[in-house]
Amino acid sequence: MKIGIPRALLYYRYHTLWETFFEELGVETVISPPTNKGILDSGSIYAIDESCLPMKIFLGHVEWLIGRCDMILLPRIASLGRQGSACMRYQAAYDVARNAFRGRQIKLLDYNVDLRKNGGQIETFLSLGRAVGKKRAQSLHAYLAARQADKAVGTAELLHQQDLLRGDRCRILVVGHPYNVYDPYVGGPVLDCLRALNTVPIIADIVDRREALERSANISSTLPWAFNRQLVGAIDIYRRYVDGIVLMSTFPCGPDSLVNEIVVRRVRELPVLNLLIDGQEGSAGLETRLESFVDIIHFKREEDITLA
Amino acid sequence: MPETKVSFPHLGSYCVPIEYLFTRGVGVDYVTPPPITRRTLEIGSRYSPDTVCAPFKYNLGNYIETIEAGANTLVQTGGVCRLGYYGELHEQILRDLGYKVRFVNMARASYSNPASFYSEFLSINPDLSLKRVAAVLTLVLKMVEHIDAFESYMRNNVGFECEEGSFDRLHQDFLASLSAVESHKELSAISKLYMRRLKELPINRPKNPLRVGIIGEYYTIMEPFSNHFMEKSLARMGIAVDRWINISNTLLHNPSKKVITHIKDYAKYDMGATAMFSIDKALEFAKKHYDGIIHVKSFGCTPEIDAMTVLQNISNDYKIPILYFSFDSQTSETGIQTRLEAFYDMIVMRKEDRK
Repeated sequence: MKIGIPRALLYYRYHTLWETFFEELGVETVISPPTNKGILDSGSIYAIDESCLPMKIFLGHVEWLIGRCDMILLPRIASLGRQGSACMRYQAAYDVARNAFRGRQIKLLDYNVDLRKNGGQIETFLSLGRAVGKKRAQSLHAYLAARQADKAVGTAELLHQQDLLRGDRCRILVVGHPYNVYDPYVGGPVLDCLRALNTVPIIADIVDRREALERSANISSTLPWAFNRQLVGAIDIYRRYVDGIVLMSTFPCGPDSLVNEIVVRRVRELPVLNLLIDGQEGSAGLETRLESFVDIIHFKREEDITLA
Repeated sequence: MPETKVSFPHLGSYCVPIEYLFTRGVGVDYVTPPPITRRTLEIGSRYSPDTVCAPFKYNLGNYIETIEAGANTLVQTGGVCRLGYYGELHEQILRDLGYKVRFVNMARASYSNPASFYSEFLSINPDLSLKRVAAVLTLVLKMVEHIDAFESYMRNNVGFECEEGSFDRLHQDFLASLSAVESHKELSAISKLYMRRLKELPINRPKNPLRVGIIGEYYTIMEPFSNHFMEKSLARMGIAVDRWINISNTLLHNPSKKVITHIKDYAKYDMGATAMFSIDKALEFAKKHYDGIIHVKSFGCTPEIDAMTVLQNISNDYKIPILYFSFDSQTSETGIQTRLEAFYDMIVMRKEDRK
């Protein structure tokens, strides 16, 4: 049996967990390739025009996997309990894919997280194991190994980022959902451009998640979405170490449409760029905006030095 | 400290029971926001983020206009979608604009702790009597049910009224008479009286009229201005209109558990907010052989966009036409009318073909 995993949406947050879990169980996986124009184009055919760019990309990845595996892992997240809720897109993604590809003979593998109704992550993985025909003890063992691996990766990333916070190079905090920031087709050009402009991008997603959740209340107290809370908390953690903030969103993002506005209105001491990516081709516009943003930061730094 | 004057954004005719709740129950003055106009939407949009959904912009426009009309305490509810975060940003925008008002954000209360709602109400009036609020609240909920029943019948028959405007006039009289009721008994008597008068209004209803069901997102479907008075346009074309979404059906008698079993062929999980209801009702209208379905939402409404993928399958399976509308602050009136007329022509032709 071969499990297909779409390299989109929640993949970028959970891939170490999923990949290690299946590897430990000896289940073969196939992961769709990094997003390219072909994937976006095919996703756009299946998505409602008005859908957000990540949803189009997600459906493109699912489409790519059809015929290349026996089952496709389709994660759904409704509630993360006290951490908050998830964007409704995660809540609906499973059924949207099911309806969009009706008649294509695909078998879906559920990964359903709803802490209001079901148990925690561990139950979710146990039922995932059951669905691929593994015994409870095997799944439990695989899950624990996956947790271990995920934690190790997280710690290594965090240590690396903490190194970047030292020294006096210009640092820019990039705040965006993992599926945007790490997708080479979406966030890739932004990170490349920032590096080419001789700045160091600091990724808000790489953070002590528990601490970030708590500190988000310093900026916003009624934020309902867990993933946005983490990003906002990361702003509070990193704001002292960076020279500017890029809010990277894709069009049209429900949660970000409100959260970015709160950040712009409440984080006043740093230059903030609200960057909305719509999947249109051509990078000239993006480069111009980032260049002028970095210019502003340099002017501000020089001014600060003169004043000091 | 000046006297408290509370206000809450418009949603269809519900300003009547809301005013009743605050004046009679909470015991404070209430300012009904001025009726929604182009200006409401324009100022709301001017100070809102571009890509936020239209209801946010309408609410903000209501707040600014109601402050101009004398309100000094604004209330926002929580909600399951973006609505759950409206309040904090509305408050921030109003503060940044320099308005000095009290903002009561129910999103701060939590459903797992009902007492927290009480403390939010206490912040509006510290001398609040819990007993009185509870008594008035039950009356207000009944009032909502009567209004919904009245409007349901109206929506289905107004297209066939013999005297133009007769339904609207009676509707206005009914709403006006509600603020004077003192007891459950009076409320029920007045509602019965008006319901009888409504059913006595002369109509010229064909035996087998065109029937259209409306589904979609919570605010846009219930606030007529935000859907460009879609139901009225349909009535003028001589169509019997049905819609299930209203406060009684969704909040007071929430059928979520049943709904998920109705739609299990199309959706395995709850897809969020009103998406399940849209799918469930589309399926019901389709099975009852309605002539068409109209889906309305504000631009970018995530759960309703997701529901559309399913609606397309229902449309194919049951051969029922569905017209999709997405409203924003820039929607053109002519565009809407043209699409409605084309839809009308199509369902008329289909009906004739079937004869």
